[in-house]
Amino acid sequence: MTEPVLEVSHISKSCGGRLILDDVSLSLNKGELKVLIGPSGGGKSTLLQCIHFLQTPDAGEIILEGRPASDMGRRHINVFRRQIGMIFQDFNLFDHLTAEHNVAIALRKVKKQSRAQALNRAREELARVGLADKGDLYPAQLSGGQKQRVSIARALAMDPKVMLLDEPTSALDPELIGEVLKVIADLSQSGMTMLMATHQIGFARHLTSEIIFMEAGRITESGPPAELLSTCGLSRAAGFCAKLNQLMGRG
Amino acid sequence: MKSINLITWPTIGYLLGGAGLTCLLVAGGLGLGLGLGLGLAALQVYGPRRAAALVGLYAWFFRGVPILVLMFLFHFGLVSWLEELVRACFNYRLRIPALASAVVVLGLCSGAYQSQIFRGAMLSIPAGQFRAARALGLTGTQAILSIILPQALRLSIPAWSNEYSILLKDSAIAYVIGVTEIMARFKAVASTNYQYLLMYSLAGLVYYFLTAVGVRLLLSLYDRVRWPGLAERAD
Repeated sequence: MTEPVLEVSHISKSCGGRLILDDVSLSLNKGELKVLIGPSGGGKSTLLQCIHFLQTPDAGEIILEGRPASDMGRRHINVFRRQIGMIFQDFNLFDHLTAEHNVAIALRKVKKQSRAQALNRAREELARVGLADKGDLYPAQLSGGQKQRVSIARALAMDPKVMLLDEPTSALDPELIGEVLKVIADLSQSGMTMLMATHQIGFARHLTSEIIFMEAGRITESGPPAELLSTCGLSRAAGFCAKLNQLMGRG
Repeated sequence: MKSINLITWPTIGYLLGGAGLTCLLVAGGLGLGLGLGLGLAALQVYGPRRAAALVGLYAWFFRGVPILVLMFLFHFGLVSWLEELVRACFNYRLRIPALASAVVVLGLCSGAYQSQIFRGAMLSIPAGQFRAARALGLTGTQAILSIILPQALRLSIPAWSNEYSILLKDSAIAYVIGVTEIMARFKAVASTNYQYLLMYSLAGLVYYFLTAVGVRLLLSLYDRVRWPGLAERAD
């Protein structure tokens, strides 16, 4: 058994007296894609942000390749962070930079690469997400799906060990979802380790090794998609998925 | 033709020198205010709560007291007191020129106004961009310097051109502490040739000209650094 790339161990987080994450644990092996599903407000986003220390968990430990984050201390949190890529629901591209420079800026500022070196790498990553010809465009000139693909390229350029995706397609028009999901599927096939919060059950079903159902800050069920979703509405997770599928017209 | 002698070449040189001094006042005041305003805004937006409160207090003070009062207070109050102190302690006759005092007062005031311009601009950059920068491994300072500021500065130019035109006109107040800028020199000339209407009209025209040129330049700068998606200017 290989050692997991990412281990989340007994994370708790409360905010304003309300418990948002309640003793959450999970682990990701190399090349695995796990999917977080569950109702909004269930703690999916908070969990991803805690793994990335964009929010500080109250208790618990995040372990990346056997190294606990707490060992690194607060000063090295940036070193920890850049090993984990984060994809946001609303892209968060830098509006004043072209697609190329959006990808290149962290390479230059964090990895101290030269401008030419960083731009080269940026073009490579943009080509990887199918945007080789869009490097000179600004975010305002891109469609939502293209923006999200730029943000994926931006995260990939940092050579992350794990990618966290926080509902990467929720802000997209239905016809743009496909292009982003395809990039994510390709990434998964190329061996990237990923944890994704999503409502795209159909997509999750085919690619993921495990679906994790979160509700009220806890992982209430988890398992391989076939197992978790086949109980035909008996479990809470299957019920939730059935409802989602119904909404998508696949009922 | 007596009127030809009203304004002689040396007089014109003298008056233009006043315009030069005014430009110096404006450049100094705006420059000082820019540094101060940026620092204060960053402190107010990203600093600890207590620092933010102090910045707020600073901004309220300088926005709430007339520049005329501040000029007198600073030059005849603080500076004179400082000069006395230096003479008493070091037996050295320190002279701080009125121009320096005026630049400092204009800079302190403008810093208060500019801090609010930049604060607004910084707050208008979506917080997600800062979060994304941190997520990529940039430090907070790096994120502010390379993500927030480049956007906030460009966003601020239209409001900043307003600050330029206000400060330019406020600089006339430096006259009261003895800086011989535009207003002072036109008044001096007027009191020798008695053409008050003409001279003060001309003074007004010079201010108008400087305002128009400066604002025009700033707005064309805005056009040049505007990125696609940033609102076109409305004028």
